[in-house]
Amino acid sequence: MIENLLPNVDWEKMWEASLETLYMSAMATGFTFVIGLALGILLFLTSPHQLWANKIVYWLTGAFVNIFRSIPFIILIILLIPFTKFLLDTIRGANAALPALIIGAAPFYARMVLIALREIDKGVIEAARSMGAKTSTIIWKVLLPESLPALLSGLTVTAVALVGYTAMAGIIGAGGLGNLAFLDGFQRSREDVTIVSTILILIIVFMIQWIGDTFTSKADKR
Amino acid sequence: MIQLQNLSKTFKTSNGQLIAVDDVTLTVEQGEIFGIIGYSGAGKSTLIRLLNGLEKPTSGSVSVNGQEISSSSGQALRSARQKVSMIFQHFNLLWSRTVEDNISFPLEIAGISKTKRKERVKELIELVGLTGREKAYPAQLSGGQKQRVGIARALANNPEVLLCDEATSALDPETTDQILELLVDINKRLGLTIALITHEMHVIRKICHRVAVMEAGKVVEMGSVLEIFQTPQQDITKRFVEQVNGPEEASQTIAHLIEQYPSGKLVKLVFVGDRTEQPILSRLIKKYEVEVNIVQGNITQTQNGAYGTLYLQIDGDSLAIDEAINYLHGQDVHTEVISHD
Repeated sequence: MIENLLPNVDWEKMWEASLETLYMSAMATGFTFVIGLALGILLFLTSPHQLWANKIVYWLTGAFVNIFRSIPFIILIILLIPFTKFLLDTIRGANAALPALIIGAAPFYARMVLIALREIDKGVIEAARSMGAKTSTIIWKVLLPESLPALLSGLTVTAVALVGYTAMAGIIGAGGLGNLAFLDGFQRSREDVTIVSTILILIIVFMIQWIGDTFTSKADKR
Repeated sequence: MIQLQNLSKTFKTSNGQLIAVDDVTLTVEQGEIFGIIGYSGAGKSTLIRLLNGLEKPTSGSVSVNGQEISSSSGQALRSARQKVSMIFQHFNLLWSRTVEDNISFPLEIAGISKTKRKERVKELIELVGLTGREKAYPAQLSGGQKQRVGIARALANNPEVLLCDEATSALDPETTDQILELLVDINKRLGLTIALITHEMHVIRKICHRVAVMEAGKVVEMGSVLEIFQTPQQDITKRFVEQVNGPEEASQTIAHLIEQYPSGKLVKLVFVGDRTEQPILSRLIKKYEVEVNIVQGNITQTQNGAYGTLYLQIDGDSLAIDEAINYLHGQDVHTEVISHD
């Protein structure tokens, strides 16, 4: 029955492609979280009236974030080919997609981190300072825990965007469901492959959203 | 305990310079509850933030317990802050932490071991009356309970000075009184010096020993609370005193009283301090053949004692009235006969 409806779908290949998509999304989300968080904290602390208020660092970081956030991802991948080649010695495969995915997504996440940190009541930071807290203590024990729900929901949005990015990366040879849908599905006019790949991507996105929402509401004690 | 010497703070704003604190010199004694009152924008918030180095003065100096806060920085300032703690109008608790973890936070900052932290947190929870709410999150507490957490947190590292930044301004009157009582209790039990800022004269009356009135960055009047209530000098001080006592009797109301009580004589008595506790009235009635009718009066309690005004109608034989009034003049109360013209 299923074979008749979806004559061209090779389930083994589908499974493999799904794993590749999951792998790329997970790795990229992990790195994006760390790098985006660091950039976001730096932006926050160097912004006017904050603990490390510094116009030059704030401006430079802001410019870096804005530039890489603004370049369309498909162009960013192409621009980063030499960099990827230098870093990994290849431009094919799931790992080769990671630099572009991370560089594309981390600035995007950094902006969300900045928004999340700005939502923190200024008074709480002042209270921590009044207790004699060091900046590192303020980062780890005030900024991050107090903004955790927003950091997690931002990460969820970023992870979903990253699934989309992996599909684009797939078109230029990174593997995954996007690659399968484009090469096996679109280019060879096998609509069933395209549709099944799409459905699998949707399932992955819904899963990410559900996990993200669960953790976000768990972290929120307000 | 706290010494401010020619302290000034100027902010640069887009509209030019803003002088928030203007040449303030004052001393807060050890164990004292010192109030700073002013309307919003008077500079009191900036002033209190200068006391723990959250703001740096433009000129002048701040020293707390011999340590110059205004010139300290880095580790020296951070350890000084553990001895000068602060509570806030909006409590500023970490919503991500439970009551006990919030109280534990300053102890973590001070590098206290986990077992000792637990012990101390337990003591503090008892001290502020939050037993049973240890595991609650701030979102589950009432305003008064949140401020209790704030106070426990501020006391965690055994500070020498407690700064209160409008600590009761976000609370309802009843809760305000409970928190103020807790502060007085802590002041007495721990000998803690308290500096508080407020715009409510009620707070000053209830718990402060001395008060400074601020207007446009300057301290315009300073003295014991009793003194300030009794003989306010500046217009702004008079307005604050009226917050508590109601407006001063306008001549119209006095005329009204005279109209209402046409016979005998109307007398205004002003009591201060211990004298409010003397049974002057009952003696007056026993000694002289007069009728005494209390027309109007109030007594205000402050930390330095009570003071009040009392309007009496003294009626009877005119000779007896004069003798009675003479008696009052001989007592330790300020007596004033309100004339009929």
